[in-house]
Amino acid sequence: MAPKSPSLFDRAIVGPAIASAFRKLDPRIMVRNPVMFVTEVGALLTTAGIVTAGTQRGFIAQLALWLWFTVLFGNFAEAVAEGRGKAQANALRKARKDTLARRLGRQGREERVPAPELQKDDLVVCEAGDVIPADGDVVEGIASVDEAAITGESAPVIRESGGDRSAVTGGTRVLSDRIVIRVTMEKGHGFLDKMIALVEGARRQKTPNEIALTILLAALTFIFLLVCVTLMPFGLYSQVTFTVPVLVALLVCLIPTTIGGLLSAIGIAGMDRVLQRNVMAMSGKAVEAAGDVDVLLLDKTGTITLGNRMATAFLPAPGITPERLADAAQLASLSDETPEGRSVVVLAKETFNLRQRDVAQPHAAFVPFTAQTRMSGVDIPASGGVPARTIRKGAAGAVRTHVESLGGRCPAEVARGVDEIARQGGTPLVVAEGKEVLGIIHLKDVVKGGIQERFAHLRQMGIRTVMITGDNPLTAAAIAAEAGVDDFMAQATPEQKLQRIRDEQAAGHMVAMTGDGTNDAPALAQADVGVCMNTGTQAAREAGNMVDLDSNPTKLLDIVEIGKQLLMTRGALTTFSIANDMAKYFAIIPAMLMATYPAIAPLNIMRLQSPASAILSAVIFNALIIIALIPLALRGVTYTPIGARRMLQRNLLIYGLGGGVIPFVGIKAIDIVITTLNLV
Amino acid sequence: MNASGWMQLALYVGALAAITKPMGLYLLRVLEVDGRTWLDPVLRPAERVTYRLMGVDPAREHDWKQYAIAMLYFSAISCLFTYAILRLQPHLPLNPQHLGPLSPHLAFNTAVSFMSNTNWQSYGGETTMSYFSQMVALVIHHFTSAAAGIGIAAALVRGIARQGVRTVGNFWVDLVRVTYYLLLPLCLVYALFLVSQGMIQNFAPYTAATTLEGRSQTIVQGPMASQVAIKLLGTNGGGYANANAAHPFENPTPLSNFIQMLSMFAIGSGLTYYLGRLTRNQKHGWSVWAAMLLMFLAGTLACWAAEAHGNPIHRQLGLAADGGNMEGKEVRFGIFNSALFATVTTDASCGAVNAMHDSFTALGGLIPLFNIQLGEVIVGGVGAGLYGMLVFVVLAVFIAGLMVGRTPEYLGKKIEAGEIKLCMLALLIVTIDILVFAAWAAVSPWGQAGLNNAGPHGLSEILYAFSSAAGNNGSAFAGLSANTPWYNTTLGLAMLIGRFLMIIPILALAGSLARKKMAPASAGTFPVHGGTFVVLLIGTILLVGALNFIPVLTLGPIVEHMLTLQGEVF
Repeated sequence: MAPKSPSLFDRAIVGPAIASAFRKLDPRIMVRNPVMFVTEVGALLTTAGIVTAGTQRGFIAQLALWLWFTVLFGNFAEAVAEGRGKAQANALRKARKDTLARRLGRQGREERVPAPELQKDDLVVCEAGDVIPADGDVVEGIASVDEAAITGESAPVIRESGGDRSAVTGGTRVLSDRIVIRVTMEKGHGFLDKMIALVEGARRQKTPNEIALTILLAALTFIFLLVCVTLMPFGLYSQVTFTVPVLVALLVCLIPTTIGGLLSAIGIAGMDRVLQRNVMAMSGKAVEAAGDVDVLLLDKTGTITLGNRMATAFLPAPGITPERLADAAQLASLSDETPEGRSVVVLAKETFNLRQRDVAQPHAAFVPFTAQTRMSGVDIPASGGVPARTIRKGAAGAVRTHVESLGGRCPAEVARGVDEIARQGGTPLVVAEGKEVLGIIHLKDVVKGGIQERFAHLRQMGIRTVMITGDNPLTAAAIAAEAGVDDFMAQATPEQKLQRIRDEQAAGHMVAMTGDGTNDAPALAQADVGVCMNTGTQAAREAGNMVDLDSNPTKLLDIVEIGKQLLMTRGALTTFSIANDMAKYFAIIPAMLMATYPAIAPLNIMRLQSPASAILSAVIFNALIIIALIPLALRGVTYTPIGARRMLQRNLLIYGLGGGVIPFVGIKAIDIVITTLNLV
Repeated sequence: MNASGWMQLALYVGALAAITKPMGLYLLRVLEVDGRTWLDPVLRPAERVTYRLMGVDPAREHDWKQYAIAMLYFSAISCLFTYAILRLQPHLPLNPQHLGPLSPHLAFNTAVSFMSNTNWQSYGGETTMSYFSQMVALVIHHFTSAAAGIGIAAALVRGIARQGVRTVGNFWVDLVRVTYYLLLPLCLVYALFLVSQGMIQNFAPYTAATTLEGRSQTIVQGPMASQVAIKLLGTNGGGYANANAAHPFENPTPLSNFIQMLSMFAIGSGLTYYLGRLTRNQKHGWSVWAAMLLMFLAGTLACWAAEAHGNPIHRQLGLAADGGNMEGKEVRFGIFNSALFATVTTDASCGAVNAMHDSFTALGGLIPLFNIQLGEVIVGGVGAGLYGMLVFVVLAVFIAGLMVGRTPEYLGKKIEAGEIKLCMLALLIVTIDILVFAAWAAVSPWGQAGLNNAGPHGLSEILYAFSSAAGNNGSAFAGLSANTPWYNTTLGLAMLIGRFLMIIPILALAGSLARKKMAPASAGTFPVHGGTFVVLLIGTILLVGALNFIPVLTLGPIVEHMLTLQGEVF
């Protein structure tokens, strides 16, 4: 599923990550994460407490050590996620064949530099055939530029210095002459730069859901802080003295450090996974939104069907053998280089083993398709006793007119066949030789293998798929039914696509779409998640919020899964973290009160050795669980499309119930170990 | 834990389930500005006149801020009104016992207490309040504080059910309609029923009687039935007599006891049906109801078991009464009905009592205290219970909703940073309110001076007082002499904070949800009904709402229980 994923703890990543974990102890960085910041302050207080500790010095020193570990483990998780992300981004950067720009040095000397390294105000030279490396203004010369990549308009435009025709766009091509361009785009606004920023903790923008979760965690932390602080006066009343390190230990165990420590690692790892699939996202928000998508707009061509119509059957007219029809059809298509034409040749070869004949038959004159005749074909003059042949294939109406003009006529069976094919959403091509109609070639869109299962999966995820096509409604309906999409939009214009997205959004849906053409740009911009193919035009790339480097439209489904995993992992670890608290109470509270109220001993249900070992075990468990869960945070909770209810039940059982039970086992085990080692 | 108890419990739950739907359907009409009821011919004209006098346009709805301001404005004015009457008591009519004015701090505490639907009583009713004070100064709050609570819950439910709008209802309309169409008619019938059971309703001076031992005794008289009806129905709980529902006049028969317990839950339970109806997801309404019911049953059984088991010291000495712990209980009601009443009244934020919670066993007393600290979301106070519960619903949906792999949605509305902030704020306020005031009282001379019991039991008393005030419950653990300037003032503040600082985030939540668009449901939508959701909701309430109180509860009732097991008493 995940190609070229580096192993979870690569040595090249772990080394720097450890160093980075210490650097991140800087309170100015820590304060971004309220839970871990409170833990760090607690660790500081406990460390200070070592000095005044007296007999308990060893215990408090160990407590302090494990509190620091708690903070460091969280930092380490983030650093590992960052390291993996950067490694991924660098690999991409190396792999990408950058356009080389011809930068003008100070003395007018030219040097070749990769386009992304261009700075604002650099001067670059472009001559006929060069791709303009960055957005800029023409400062010298005049040239014709092919801007089809942006505008879709194939006629070149003139760009010259001065005036209002001086702006050029990166990615367009100079067709003639030489111009000098001053770069106007800032360095570091490229896709890759944005992507790298997304995997660096310090510069990363929190996503909306992450912000909401941070608020929840901060509020919980504050509540538990209050619980621990008010425990002092309650203790005074009850004549129990609570020392600061013990209260800190209670606090750190209660606040949700597990999710607090792993929260940013989860977000970064999500972006890593997106990168691993060769997709560049403009923001973490877009990836998160992908998880919420419930309507997918998919282009028919390339996503649902293989891309082009294919000949799938020969339907001979009465009295004609299929071989004769296939032979004529193949002859007529020999020079037809369109995919449809080639598919006719292939079908004839496959079904009747008709070898591809030499195209360059002497004197054979190929008649190309024109908009006027709406037919193509071949004329073979008589030679060597073989009579002359005139073969035509084309739209039913055109061929009928052609045949009738020669005095022939179109059999009723053929007319019926034509209607039948059209009704099934296919395209009928009628083949005629001379004035005789030979039969019909059935052309149709071929739906990609396995796509139906994919859509069934999506339906289980609660996602509705809408196929977009320029075909007529009849054709569209047939393909939609075959592919198993939920809905389709036939004869879709850019305006209609945009309107459809707006309508879906107005009804409360989150819409994702893929696109590549410039005419997709408005719709890509309007969609909540717009994935542009790397082969797409610059305008489309700018409009969407993700670019798929592989230009594979079904990639969207992977992105949706990553978005879902991201949210699920956060939810699972939050549930786990909160469910942990019960066990920690059972470990720490009896330990805190045992000295004053020995009667409370039965509450120590885990039978922990001593108050000190109980408290230390809880703190150690709390720290180690972060390390133990790093792989889960980086990999993400597995998403299986089994419906929300079953998913919830499964995850509640694993992370809710598991989160309640595991710490009882873990704390007891640690207690046994540390008492055996005589640590307390 | 005898068969009669089990049967009564089954009867109680059955009756509760039976009244939930009719009550919900009636609420649906009452809370709709032009909802039709069969009382329209009589009440419509009165309603219209009221709006005209108040200068209210019933067709104009409020956004959440306007709603909050109207509610605060009304509460402040009515609070001042009551304060004035209590201070001026000797100069006002219907005071046959010639009772004097209340002290400033007691008048403050009482006015705030009734205005905030708490009905904490630092005074003994029959020795402090004239008939006029009872019938005017106090009873007005019985009605309006209940109506305001129901209105706020309705505003929140409207916020959940509507989409893309700013308004959540009109406070004045809610206040007037709930009072006129719901509370007054129900109370009229209810009061008549109570009189039929032998409850008093008169303006006679107290009766002086001579007991069989030849001692003189003053027997309370007055307009009791009318007070008691709304005390329970509106989950106010402030007793007419000091002994509250343990007094033979205030709770004359087994039937009156049963109906009193039922009436505390009646409106709160009906509101869950209202929630389901308005959000067009009746299963959700019933699931919330089911979560409440399960927690109620757990509490009742735990409390009943603890009381039926009795005091371990008595058992060791062979002195245990047959039925269990009868200390502080009315023999007419016995163990089961006292335990059930205590659970209902603390679940419902009512505060009426038919036994002394202070005299419960340590664990038996822990249940009422814990119920209050959960935020009184188990049915809860009229309105307050539902909006408190909905805060937990939103939190549950947020935390677990992430686990289905989508931005959490509650009935189609995305739960985002804004909503979480408001929910956590509401949760924080109650926790701070209870813990900070109780901690302060526990270590200050004024706090300890009020204690009648030492050790962990004393801590439970302080904790109970502030939990009851902050949770707007109003029941007392007793054993705490709270009528002192310090206690009256701090408890008054705790009540104000617990009511209004909680309501403002709730209304803001209503406003924020009302503005949101609703996403249509699909297979990927988080289900807010069914067994999983009920378990999840209960888990969230216990883990997020109650975990905070475990340390201090350990120092109080739990340590006390452990020590009692070893034969120590307080």
